Amino acid sequence: MSDSTVASASSVPQPKFSKISEAVIRIAGNSQDGIQAIGGFLARLAGRSEQEVMTFMTIPSTISGGASIFQVRIGTGEVLSSGDDADVLLAFYQESYRNHLSSLRKGGIVLFDSDHVEPDPSKSSEFHHVGVPITSLTVEAIGGTARDKGKNIYALGLIARMFDLNLAKLEKLISERFAGKDESVTKNALSAFHAGYAYNVSGLVETFQFTDSSKRAGHQVVMNGNEALAYGLIAAGVRFGAGYPITPWSDIMELLRRELPKYGGMFIQCEDEIASISMAIGASYSGRVAVTGSSGPGISLKTEALGWAVMAEIPLIVVDVQRGGPSTGMPTNVEQSDLNIACFGGHGDSPRVVIAPSNVEDCFYVAIEAVNIARKYSVPVVLVTDQAIATRIEAFEEPDLKKLCQDLAPDLSPVQEFKPYDLQAPDGITRHLAPGTRIASGKYPIVTGLEHDELGHPTSSPKLHQQMTDKRRNKLKALAAEWTTPKVYGPPEGDVLLVGWGSSQGPLREAVEKARAAGDSYSSLHIRLLNPLPNGLEDIFAGYNHVFVVELNDQGLYGYGQLAGILRARYCDPKIRGINKSDGLTWKVKEILQRVKEQLTTLKQKN
Amino acid sequence: MINITNEFPPRLSTLKPAPILPESERKGLTKKETAADHPTWCPGCGDFSVLALYFKLIEKRAIWHEKITTVAGIGCSSRFPYFVQGHGVHFIHGRALPFATGLSLTRPDLHVFVFGGDGDAFSIGGNHLTHAARKNIKMTYVIMDNQVYGLTKKQTSPTSPLGFKSKTDMWGAIDHPINPVKQLVSAGATFIARTTSTNPKHVLEMMEAAMDHDGFSVIQCLSECVEFFEGAFDSANPRKGGAFTEVPADHDKTDEFAAYKLAAEPFPGKFGIHYQVQRETKNKLEADITGKAREKFKGLEDWQILQRNFDRMK
Ligand SMILES: Cc1ncc(C[n+]2csc(CCOP(=O)(O)OP(=O)(O)O)c2C)c(N)n1
Ligand code: SF4
Ligand SMILES: [Mg+2]
Repeated sequence: MSDSTVASASSVPQPKFSKISEAVIRIAGNSQDGIQAIGGFLARLAGRSEQEVMTFMTIPSTISGGASIFQVRIGTGEVLSSGDDADVLLAFYQESYRNHLSSLRKGGIVLFDSDHVEPDPSKSSEFHHVGVPITSLTVEAIGGTARDKGKNIYALGLIARMFDLNLAKLEKLISERFAGKDESVTKNALSAFHAGYAYNVSGLVETFQFTDSSKRAGHQVVMNGNEALAYGLIAAGVRFGAGYPITPWSDIMELLRRELPKYGGMFIQCEDEIASISMAIGASYSGRVAVTGSSGPGISLKTEALGWAVMAEIPLIVVDVQRGGPSTGMPTNVEQSDLNIACFGGHGDSPRVVIAPSNVEDCFYVAIEAVNIARKYSVPVVLVTDQAIATRIEAFEEPDLKKLCQDLAPDLSPVQEFKPYDLQAPDGITRHLAPGTRIASGKYPIVTGLEHDELGHPTSSPKLHQQMTDKRRNKLKALAAEWTTPKVYGPPEGDVLLVGWGSSQGPLREAVEKARAAGDSYSSLHIRLLNPLPNGLEDIFAGYNHVFVVELNDQGLYGYGQLAGILRARYCDPKIRGINKSDGLTWKVKEILQRVKEQLTTLKQKN
Repeated sequence: MINITNEFPPRLSTLKPAPILPESERKGLTKKETAADHPTWCPGCGDFSVLALYFKLIEKRAIWHEKITTVAGIGCSSRFPYFVQGHGVHFIHGRALPFATGLSLTRPDLHVFVFGGDGDAFSIGGNHLTHAARKNIKMTYVIMDNQVYGLTKKQTSPTSPLGFKSKTDMWGAIDHPINPVKQLVSAGATFIARTTSTNPKHVLEMMEAAMDHDGFSVIQCLSECVEFFEGAFDSANPRKGGAFTEVPADHDKTDEFAAYKLAAEPFPGKFGIHYQVQRETKNKLEADITGKAREKFKGLEDWQILQRNFDRMK
């Protein structure tokens, strides 16, 4: 809560509200407590109130039980990350209290269920403690039924009171959420909510009110990254997908399975990831770009077929929702350790396009870009997201669907002749011709993974292998030239440039803000197109003394991560260095700043 | 970021449109029109005969070039698509079936034919075979079984008989071979036939029946590798002193157990349709799901359907 305390001017004898511009609320409990639901309500409310919102959640990989948290940061200004420290911690159990107190800022409020939590007296000077017998009051409110189910909603009521949230909008959200269920479910939920709201929390603790939001215009939609990506694919015109279940990718396949039939499409659950990519390639071959995807080990399985799509020049979308690796790794944690496999995975030289969305909103747009690139360049595009983007909820401006939605029905009109691998094509860019197209010359194309001539027939000619290799490479160079060089966040010259990709865009920008406020000249650069790299990065790097590539992956044998490795190879610039970690968690802003400081100190000592 | 656009220059705009005969005036394609590259198979390889009969099938059934899609994995037999004039796909080892599934489900207007070897089908692609069968995907799959790995030069294949001496079983094969018909019956294939490349009339007959079957139709076609397993199928060739015995007329094709029993006969066994039942294809079942979903959103454009979801996320 960043604003100074201003007493509410209201003349009504209401509790005093402090005006705040943003708040970070962390809810800690067990996975079956419906914690995600509270977070979801808050995020959606923020979206409807034209506020910015970002969430962060963890779910245990086991199905039932297990600790779970949901952190939501709501603000009237720009929200770039889910926040380092919480202003309010809502703790359901003793472990939640014990494990998450350290995530609360000094002077923050810990709201705990006094039926389950025994507060630590030694902490009472550091944090405001507010105990509410949440469990027993919920039972009281909804008559001893649906015990554990209702207490999340009761707690939502408490929070609503504490932050003076819009009662009517929340009631509406709750009713919508349970619409279609038995009427008593909605009634119970609303009773629990009202009981929580009526509890005199304002008598025990300071209460808050968000300053008016000024800049948000138009409607906002609220969703997580997996949803945004899946809907983006639908908007892009993708009508076929194939996959095999794996966390955190499964949400995308489940959504597409449900939604695609509405558009005349389908999503097929396959026997494994190899079948999935093969089937998607088959559907792409048939004339309309198709999607497959996976996480972790499933991506490894796809690489042989991916190489085929590169060789045969068939458009395809492969989604990689990264998680902790290698092997089964950390299924529900975040990591950015698949960049190398996305860019280079597979045998042989197989140039493909790799793009990483930078936030939830971007997941929607990147899907459309990826589809159009795949079609235009007849190449597979790997969309690399990660567990953090996949599961976090953000509010963003509603896209203009009428304008963005595309129809990719294949053009089957007859042609005179066709060469699938025409070497005269400018920049090596040829387009796939769907089967079913009549070719008057009577010479039909073969798409193949063997090195081939212009019609797709096998060849062992040294010259053709060289020419075709050039063709596959040159297409991507043309893409790099077409892609706009990314813009620096902050001044174009300075001491430090922080470079990032994927979900760390927000934390890096916030780090830049903080550093500049403290008088350090930092900027940041976010790279979305990772293979091929956009042109012009070297000119950007030239403006800084240090370039730190901040990644959620291992520092490797040589002291830098996967993107840093690629940038060093590309620019031969030793001032490109890595800042890496592998703890399965997103970057905290203070963590980034501290790591930069450490590096700068070490570098100074060396000089 | 590149310009998000879905506008491409009209395809091959510089070319004059081809004069195309109306359907009614088109004649069945001759071998000359369907043959592409000269096959690279060894002289005497059984695969030649399978190819010749595929040409015959195309001619006899008057399938147009653009309506055939020939898909294959990797192996000697899988080179097939290069020799056929028509849209063709040479995919990766063992994965031709899932590829063909993606094609079949999205393009009901095409005839999807898949060709490949025994290693492609039963070893590396074994799991896909099971799932294509149980899902009953509309396509015809011709497994050219030579009981050996031809392309990689004589290693044991999953159908190699016990005792077969190969480069990986120099003392003779010791692993129990797969029985293709039994495997396919238990997987849920809805059309299973056996034939041999030395009986052209029978091959064509099976291909036609398979093509007419609405579902996943598989033909195990014995096709001799003269290079690495010479004489493997003499016992099925009357000209080499063997016997070509057809499935008895009273065999109940719809009876799983009868099919199993027939398949248990010692090599070379019986030829013909061992099993055939009608079961809804996945193509149909998926189309039903799509049809129902479309019905609910009749009259809406795609963006309006999507808008409904977005409205709920506000
Ligand atoms: C992933 C992979 N593993 C191995 C190979 C090598 N390979 C090519 S064909 C083949 C076996 C061919 O046997 P079969 O499928 O029976 O076909 P045939 O040559 O006998 O017609 C093998 C092992 C490959 N191409 N890809
Ligand atoms: S090696 Fe065998 S299967 Fe391959 S072409 Fe020669 S004879 Fe035919
Ligand atoms: Mg073989």
